[in-house]
Amino acid sequence: MSTEPLRQLLEEAFPDATELDVIDRTGGGDHFQVIVTAGSLAGLSLVEQHRRVYEALSEPLADGTIHELRIKTKGAA
Amino acid sequence: MSYTDKIKEVIDGSDVAIFMKGTPAFVMCGNSDRALQALRRAGAPVTAVDILPDPGIRQELTAVSGWPTIPQVFVKGELVGGADIVEELESSGALEQTLREKLGDDYAASRNETTVSLA
Repeated sequence: MSTEPLRQLLEEAFPDATELDVIDRTGGGDHFQVIVTAGSLAGLSLVEQHRRVYEALSEPLADGTIHELRIKTKGAA
Repeated sequence: MSYTDKIKEVIDGSDVAIFMKGTPAFVMCGNSDRALQALRRAGAPVTAVDILPDPGIRQELTAVSGWPTIPQVFVKGELVGGADIVEELESSGALEQTLREKLGDDYAASRNETTVSLA
């Protein structure tokens, strides 16, 4: 899968994102790096921040489209 | 005993538990290795569970933790996160701080790695 559908899911989940990126780490369309900085993540633990990302991407995670996911999140000030 | 009961027993009964692909002696996945190396750098005592012998282990683990990916690291029964979080916390020094708070200042003195087989 291309990064675009994933980016769209994240944009829907984090409309307030100040930084949002999806990188295909291997070019194979199944190993992704996701970067999200959003005000709605501020004050949450890293576990809770990553949970929000997993929730946003629950479908491609469940159906195996995403084989590996690396996540980098930050709460925007 | 179901996997769920055994999983909860390891999570609640271990200072630091890691559910991983493979064992510390023979790691089968890059992300499990990243998390394990970060725990080693922090001097954490580690109880490791290999989730590969039966797909049911991973299914029931995710049902217990609500965390979809492997590895999963717990300190004193609480989910710390996967490889990205554990690496991030280790490099900022927050992991050592958590270990000190939850296990005591001399947590690294008794450092050892044990492997628990669930299947």
